[in-house]
Amino acid sequence: MARAATTADTFNAVAEPRRRQILDLLAGGERPVNDLVHLLGLAQPQVSKHLRVLREVGAVQVRGDGRQRLYRLNGHALKPIHDWVKNYERTWSERFDRLDAVLDELKQEEDDDGGGHE
Amino acid sequence: MVAGTSSGTATVTLPADDQILITREFNAPRHLVYRAWTTPELVMRWWAADRGTMTIAEIDLRVGGAWRYVMTANGGFEVAFHGEYREIVPDERIVLTEVFEAMPEAEALDTVTFTGVDGRTRVQILVQHTSKQFRDAHINSGMELGLQKALDLLEEVAVSLS
Repeated sequence: MARAATTADTFNAVAEPRRRQILDLLAGGERPVNDLVHLLGLAQPQVSKHLRVLREVGAVQVRGDGRQRLYRLNGHALKPIHDWVKNYERTWSERFDRLDAVLDELKQEEDDDGGGHE
Repeated sequence: MVAGTSSGTATVTLPADDQILITREFNAPRHLVYRAWTTPELVMRWWAADRGTMTIAEIDLRVGGAWRYVMTANGGFEVAFHGEYREIVPDERIVLTEVFEAMPEAEALDTVTFTGVDGRTRVQILVQHTSKQFRDAHINSGMELGLQKALDLLEEVAVSLS
């Protein structure tokens, strides 16, 4: 299968549970790699590999601070995922708009039946 | 959690890797929302939204009873779902299994909760999948319909230009 475009790559990057965990940790603020290694209980090369994937799709950004490298979340790059859910949400919104109309009718019928006065 | 949900928009959140939570408030009492949700003739009128025509709504509303919804989407293809009722508390809660027939291996467990709030009703649908992969595919199925709708519009425009 053809390699997907950049949008899909964000999905792939975020699909991996460990990388989602990294994003969760970074959601609390900027952290050095060592912190992540410690919190995830993984070997440093593994964490670095995950961070590289996340960096390539722009989900995280890095800056050097002396000898430390600090990673932070880049919410903007995660927008495709937000949009993805939005589309699903739209299907339900359309469905529920119809349901609103059905409910208005049911309410009207009930008022007509049970009201007793015209 | 979702304070002051205005009617008009459904709110979708992903509480866990394998879950979808859909929330919406309706300006009608609980028993009417429940009736519209569980009566085939009424489901026929809303479930397909503007995306197609519903052809089948079978609801055997008892524990162990089966349900099946089929719609012909605007693009001409058929979209079908079915499942089984697991728990029924009238006007309050329905627990059911849900299978998208194009993806039969992904069976979800849905919990639909109806909560009364001052004559209004909040509906929450919690979709529990067995894996993140199936959860994601479920969300994508909505995308296909959306895409189909876009293609239909495109076709209309193209025809009007020809």
